[in-house]
Amino acid sequence: MNSIDNTMTEGNGSQLRFVRRAMVPERARPLAVDVIGAIWRRLFGGVFNTMLTLVSAFILVALVWPTFRFMIWDAVWDGASRVDCLEETLKRPVGACWPFVQAKFGQFIYGFYPEAERWRPNLVFLIGALLLAPLLVPGAPLKRINALLFFVVFPIVSFFLLVGGRFGLVHVETRVWGGLLITLVISFTGIVASMPLGILLALGRRSPLPAVRVVSVAIIEFWRGVPLITVLFFATYMLPFFLPPHWNVDALLRVLIGVTLFSGAYLAEVIRGGLQAIPRGQFEAAAAMGMGYWKVMGLIIMPQALKYVIPGLVNSFIALFKDTTLVLIVSIFDLLGQVRTSFSDPNWATPVTLFTGFAFAGIIYFVISFAMSRYALAMERRLSTDHRAT
Amino acid sequence: MTPQQQELRQTRNPVAVDIVGLNKWYGSFHVLRDVDLRIARGERIVIAGPSGSGKSTLLRCINRLEDWQEGSVVVDGVELTDDLKKIEDVRREVGMVFQQFNLFPHLTVMQNCTLAPIWVRHMPRKAAEDLARHYLERVQIPEQAGKYPSQLSGGQQQRVAIARALCMQPKIMLFDEPTSALDPEMIKEVLDTMVMLAEDGMTMAVVTHEMGFARQVANRVALMDAGQIIEMSEPARFFENPQHERTKLFLSQILR
Amino acid sequence: MSDTAPRAPKRPRVDPLYDPRVRAAVYQVLLLLLLLWLGYQVAVNVRANLVAQNIATGFGFFGITAGFGINQSLIPYQEADTYGRAFVVGLLNTLLVSAIGIVFATILGFIIGIARLSPNWLVARIAGGYVELIRNLPLLFQIMFWYVAVLSPLPAVRQSIGIGFQPLVQRLADGLAWLNFDLAKAAAGLVQRFAVWIGPPEVFLNNRGLIVPEPYFHSGAGIVCAALLAGIVATIAMRIWARRRLDATGQTFPVFWASIGLVVGLPLAALVVLGFPVGLVQPELRGFNFVGGIRLIPEFVALVLALTTYTAAFIAEVVRAGILSVSRGQTEAAAALGLPRKRVLNLVVVPQAMRVITPPLTNQYLNLTKNSTLAAAIGYPDLFSVFAGSTLNITGQAIEIIAITMAVYLTISLVTSLLMGWYNARIQLAERA
Repeated sequence: MNSIDNTMTEGNGSQLRFVRRAMVPERARPLAVDVIGAIWRRLFGGVFNTMLTLVSAFILVALVWPTFRFMIWDAVWDGASRVDCLEETLKRPVGACWPFVQAKFGQFIYGFYPEAERWRPNLVFLIGALLLAPLLVPGAPLKRINALLFFVVFPIVSFFLLVGGRFGLVHVETRVWGGLLITLVISFTGIVASMPLGILLALGRRSPLPAVRVVSVAIIEFWRGVPLITVLFFATYMLPFFLPPHWNVDALLRVLIGVTLFSGAYLAEVIRGGLQAIPRGQFEAAAAMGMGYWKVMGLIIMPQALKYVIPGLVNSFIALFKDTTLVLIVSIFDLLGQVRTSFSDPNWATPVTLFTGFAFAGIIYFVISFAMSRYALAMERRLSTDHRAT
Repeated sequence: MTPQQQELRQTRNPVAVDIVGLNKWYGSFHVLRDVDLRIARGERIVIAGPSGSGKSTLLRCINRLEDWQEGSVVVDGVELTDDLKKIEDVRREVGMVFQQFNLFPHLTVMQNCTLAPIWVRHMPRKAAEDLARHYLERVQIPEQAGKYPSQLSGGQQQRVAIARALCMQPKIMLFDEPTSALDPEMIKEVLDTMVMLAEDGMTMAVVTHEMGFARQVANRVALMDAGQIIEMSEPARFFENPQHERTKLFLSQILR
Repeated sequence: MSDTAPRAPKRPRVDPLYDPRVRAAVYQVLLLLLLLWLGYQVAVNVRANLVAQNIATGFGFFGITAGFGINQSLIPYQEADTYGRAFVVGLLNTLLVSAIGIVFATILGFIIGIARLSPNWLVARIAGGYVELIRNLPLLFQIMFWYVAVLSPLPAVRQSIGIGFQPLVQRLADGLAWLNFDLAKAAAGLVQRFAVWIGPPEVFLNNRGLIVPEPYFHSGAGIVCAALLAGIVATIAMRIWARRRLDATGQTFPVFWASIGLVVGLPLAALVVLGFPVGLVQPELRGFNFVGGIRLIPEFVALVLALTTYTAAFIAEVVRAGILSVSRGQTEAAAALGLPRKRVLNLVVVPQAMRVITPPLTNQYLNLTKNSTLAAAIGYPDLFSVFAGSTLNITGQAIEIIAITMAVYLTISLVTSLLMGWYNARIQLAERA
């Protein structure tokens, strides 16, 4: 150290004085060897760690390599029937039989929606995508109008487009709907319709009126306490008994009612979490301005709470999207249901058909849920940093 | 070397902590630059400096809560390396008090104090509790022994943390901004406890902005900035006659 | 008294329309009236519908012969038994699949949750990949996948696939032989001999299910059980002693290894001395069927597999969050006191993490139990498929049957949340009172 002005003296340390003459400049970290060494130590430091690494590497290869071979390397990419996907025909190991998916694609996406009318679900998908995209971007303009269009106008338009029977459109019975269409219809309708219910129940649970509170808690805990399947059975088999005998409620509508009640209870808890994040001062400040309960809630509290609720809302939607598969138990055939029924087609019965079908459905489910969960995560981070900044 | 001999060597060793040429990087950020610091037995050194100057990091190197890339740290005659055994040996003899107290919330005050004496020093519970009671009395909160940390005020918690460290009967105490997380009215009770410790002749390294404390107890005061020691001298000279421009600036900011 | 007590100040008269108390009462009465009216409407409709469709009411069907078979039952059951008994069979099957799922999911979930925090990059990434993959696929999809795509196309009994250590070693030998150079071939020979030495596998898989070894108890089994019991008692005694010794002298004792020695060692010694009165009957293929061993039906295997792997992914997240919730300051403070790494984990991190983990973990157990109703999709006879499936189909008494089914799950949920509420209150009482 050249900058020490008086040499270190042993003995009484309290005599030591030091004034820096020249600052030590910033140096680059002694790299190269160190980084590689660090990575090496992380993977192969110690016997146990090395074993872990080897076992993990083995698992990784044992999973990834066959998957790659099945999905891409050995896969059959075109063909017209089962014959094209047989080992006997191709004289090689056969992976995924993609022509099967191609042949069944319409069924997987639309169910038995009449082919001539499939432009209608397509149009619905398109409008939905166009409205959803700007809604997901945090900085996009016209949020309010956009949300209104997406959550209120879009479902109404979609209803008339899909069901038809009016405006010169042919009526298409919900019985023939299926595939991804029904998966999306149920999960989207479920979440949109359960929102008002969830808000009401959340407010009810925090209400100062004991009767309102008790009723809200009972409803929430009841629907959260039972499995979704029992709810679907309730809606399908029990609900018709509750309605006047001459009412003939569509099977899909019954399921939608069940799903709405179920997810409404879960949403209520998500929204309650958002309400709890609002500081008490907000209630007091609003009340001090002479606002009544509904004005305080509607103008001050809810708009703030809903912002906090977005990640939870997306997560609820993911859960519902995955749970929609359960409707096949009450004979409504969503994507998974259609894939399953397609297996019984003797035209495509090959040893690889099952895996191919599951691979296709799995990719769709995974891509949609994964993308949404990442989005929810990003929003959560954004909200927490926003929160810190204020 | 027999334990007695070792004991003898260590008690004779006039140097408690010897840091030579210490360099540390967080990622690519050069946080400690060529730091040399020798703390003598019984010495009390106060380290001050703006936030991000590396003073806490330096302190945490002394019991190897942080590792470093270059240089050496010898504590009580033991050089700290990757050797876990040596690290534990050193930590046993070096007490530390944190800014955020870091009391164990699932244990009572008494259990916080006896945990390490029992599991590290292998003391009988009874003896450990007697010891804990002794130190809780020293920090003047014997009546809180049965409570959980969350039931105490910040000042009380920090005093428990000091008692907890003392229960290991350390040779050196490190204080990492012990009063920074406290409300103003609680700072004094903690500082008083530390003054008391200093009067007992404890070797102390304190990172703090409490310049009154530094003036009162420190043998030496050091100013750190940009990962290096800028100026170091006894309090009188440090406060009355600072040599370095950076020190003058710092003092003018902190003393108004 | 009343003369001397100060009189309550008289409330100023408020227009009842604006009196908050009046308003509150009116709102609540209106709500109750609405509910009553709804209930009345439902009752009227139900009666009309039942009469119109000529459906029986009441719970009399519990005593009637069910008339359907159940392909897995823990208690004796045949078609001639009542719906009541079928209900119990279903309930037991639900409890069985839930209990086994919970045990396996907990083990797997903790391993993966800890692996996600591993400093070993590869291990952490694989664990993370597992969680992402499993969480983003619907559970029913996974159940179907295991049942339809994996288990159903399995070969018939005669070509059963062996599972266990031996087939793995055999695979290794085959792999080495495939490499096709001298050293590998020599190694393959050795491994092959090792595989033969191990003997045939104990577990078999075919399209009729999973065949696992069956325990047997010959005379003397009681003594082995007694030894096990003695081992457990001795372990408890040893732990108390170790605790006392720690308190008295500060000396630690290898409690963990000693416990294992007692609990495993004692019964093992008894087994050897008595000539193995307790053991496992290895299943053996004779002709078209297996002799010995227990057959687990494929529905059960698929359900346990899917519920376990699915719930494990969620438990892993719970465990990870729990461990991360213990701040770095805690581990640093413990380390600064000179506690060795193992003790830092044992004494500081785990107790705190477990408090954070327990409530959501219980929630996951509850979810697993509720999710076991998906058994209905593949025909595993759990409570839901036996009762809301078969029984409802035959009797048509939807209201009673669905209400009972819901009530069962609701009870399980509410009891669990009450227990959790009590647990949380107790923890908070201990730390914040």
